[in-house]
Amino acid sequence: MALLDYFTRKKEKQVTTASKAKERLQIIVAHERNSRNKQPDYLPQLTADILQVLRKYIKVSDESFSINLDKKEGDLNVLELNIELHDEHITD
Amino acid sequence: MARIIVVTSGKGGVGKTTSSAAIGLGLALKGNKVVLIDFDIGLRNLDLIMGCERRVVYDFVNVINGEATLNQALIKDKRVSSLSILPASQTRDKDALNKENVGKVLEDLGKLYDYIICDSPAGIEAGAMMALYYADEAIVTTNPEVSSVRDSDRILGMLASRSRRAELGLEPIKEHLLLTRYSPKRVEEGEMLSVEDVEDILSIPLLGVIPESQAVLKASNAGEPVILDTESDAGKAYQDVVDRLLGETVDFRFILAEKKGIFSRMFGG
Repeated sequence: MALLDYFTRKKEKQVTTASKAKERLQIIVAHERNSRNKQPDYLPQLTADILQVLRKYIKVSDESFSINLDKKEGDLNVLELNIELHDEHITD
Repeated sequence: MARIIVVTSGKGGVGKTTSSAAIGLGLALKGNKVVLIDFDIGLRNLDLIMGCERRVVYDFVNVINGEATLNQALIKDKRVSSLSILPASQTRDKDALNKENVGKVLEDLGKLYDYIICDSPAGIEAGAMMALYYADEAIVTTNPEVSSVRDSDRILGMLASRSRRAELGLEPIKEHLLLTRYSPKRVEEGEMLSVEDVEDILSIPLLGVIPESQAVLKASNAGEPVILDTESDAGKAYQDVVDRLLGETVDFRFILAEKKGIFSRMFGG
């Protein structure tokens, strides 16, 4: 059967496990690099702390809150908080 | 000034200590003054790979705590007099090391040696961070396998953000890829990531490719770094790595499968 293998081998090569491995790695590594570059280590804890303080006073759902740390040109870093307030919060 | 080189990987068992031992000994054989430091506090093994485990009296932590001088703790290699080993402590806890006291030891060693090779523990805990903090160069040891490649990428992130060079905004650590346990035959069969695949993913310059080799286990059994086995493929590949570190241009070997003849290909074998 070695003779047969020799002629059919080329087709099989396209879905090798190595190419699967490469594809999976490229995706996960790109994803992890992205989160690494954008987020400092303290960001998740900072997010939790800010939310906790906010919730002492107003109702904030997870969806109506976002936090972002952006690197701008030069040495400038901007911490951006977005809190969506619904009507009930601004009545009094 | 001494070149401080960390041998790191993230993942365990990929060949950091084997590589540290081979490269350190190779650099010393070329006439350089080299010290090998085992940063794996609690799990020392470099001494065993170097074959000097019976000669350990004092260790890295003893030096840091002022219980021994550097000279007392350094073990001179019996094969090459310009090579010394600073063993890790076997019993102390990992918190013994910090930036200040490690920095002091490295500074003192820098006055005595041309190369300081830091054999990092696995993981991304304090010990691994200490091993890479003062590095000028990093040899990122990687197996052509998904978890090892991913962990190497995480370590690259640490080198770029958590090292002294990163903190002080100096020129970044020079990164080298060392691919170990490489099997050209399996690559050809599509069962293993190729050199090019790993280079693509990690995008750092290739320092060397060490083929999967029976010589490595034999070398560790005997406590003779594999670079001394000059007949073996792994020994030769490590020699190439040493030459490249010293600035020579050396063609990559052992990255292509041995070609079979047309008959054995057609009729199996």
